[in-house]
Amino acid sequence: MIFLKAFIVGGVICALAQVLMDKTKLLPGRVMVILVCFGCLLSAIGLYQPFADWAGAGASVPLIGFGNSLYQGMKDSVDSRGFIGLFEGGFTACAVGVSAALVFGYIASWFFDSKAKD
Amino acid sequence: MAENRFNKDIGRHSVVFETPVYVRGYACVGGKKEGEGPMGECFDLIEQDPYFGQNTWEKAESRMQELAMTYALHKAQCEVKDIKYLFAGDLLGQLMATSFSVNKIEIPLFGVYGACSTFGEAIGLASMAIDGGFAGNTMALTSSHFSGAEKQFRFPLDYGNQRPRSSTWTVTGAAGIVLSNSRHGSNVCIKGITTGHIEDYGIKDSMNMGACMAPAAASLIECHLDEWDVTPDYYDKIVTGDLGKIGKKILIDMLMAKGINIAGNHMDCGIEIYDCKEQDSHCGGSGCACSACVLCSFLLKKLERGEYKRILFVPTGALLSGTSFNEGSSIPAIAHGVVFERI
Repeated sequence: MIFLKAFIVGGVICALAQVLMDKTKLLPGRVMVILVCFGCLLSAIGLYQPFADWAGAGASVPLIGFGNSLYQGMKDSVDSRGFIGLFEGGFTACAVGVSAALVFGYIASWFFDSKAKD
Repeated sequence: MAENRFNKDIGRHSVVFETPVYVRGYACVGGKKEGEGPMGECFDLIEQDPYFGQNTWEKAESRMQELAMTYALHKAQCEVKDIKYLFAGDLLGQLMATSFSVNKIEIPLFGVYGACSTFGEAIGLASMAIDGGFAGNTMALTSSHFSGAEKQFRFPLDYGNQRPRSSTWTVTGAAGIVLSNSRHGSNVCIKGITTGHIEDYGIKDSMNMGACMAPAAASLIECHLDEWDVTPDYYDKIVTGDLGKIGKKILIDMLMAKGINIAGNHMDCGIEIYDCKEQDSHCGGSGCACSACVLCSFLLKKLERGEYKRILFVPTGALLSGTSFNEGSSIPAIAHGVVFERI
């Protein structure tokens, strides 16, 4: 059941982002930034965590969940270290995701070349 | 003002050649998708491997140029040393594909850039060199590669970007044409050219190039008809480069507003080269190779067979760069006209 819920919630978030891609002239980079910022905002007003607890990976895997982690990391480090935490929290919170993307992307490039679209 | 002019110089944008510039040979090569399109049968070579046996998209494009050149020279029954000047260009930065395709054969080269209008520009210069008496044989050559162009102008393929409906598909292919001052059995010649100026309507959407280029095509066709003092029905076809479906409509409407009706004999290479329903090319094909391959696979054969008597070939180019696009500049566009005629 938890899988089904995650699948449906994640799918709905992606479908909404697809509407932005198709119906606006926003470049893909901007759509991604909008998603991340929206996640931060929802997190800041305290809505995202209960939503993520309920939907599981459906809420944490899409980019909007990345916004949530960024905000939470920032909040924790500001709480513990004060002003200086502003320059730390975001990076520590996203370090795992970004490093994993770099490392796995690099490993994949050893084995695969980019293919032409059909 | 006419007294200062040579007979060849018939207007601000146009020249008419005194001696016929013969089309001595031509050839084009394409990729898998082009081979599956409506023109597929007419290509000299269709290669299934998108890398053309190389390891990068850029080298693949150079390889295509080499192949197109080899086939064109073979069909023209001449060798590299017979070609006085090569006028060539492509879509990649600093004409990378061209530099690496001819780096071993010591051919005198003029590199030209007109984005997707490059072939028209190259043919124009190559034929002026012949009419001017500077060369016996010249060659125009161009290429484009879908994957290389996406990487250069939009996003690298690995990024997996989605293409909007208004976008066009860069043709993977290369084409070359050998021009000559002597006939060599040819029955097609170039009568003259009309060189376009840049039109910039301030459009910034690089995914809707048809709309950027249509005003350039419209102004070129209007200039041409005026300076040559002919009407659209003088031509069997007025063939634009890669306006696509959206651009074609804009072009016809713009000219109609000026009282010029080309709806009956207009054709757009971008629309013809793919089957847009079956091949998911959205608005059609684009790229230097789009108009070049349609000319060298289809149009010239129609002229040779006498099915067309005369065409006005108008490749169109959107002169954006990755830098200008990222800085938010508009997309300037240009078109070049070449008149081909059956003798």
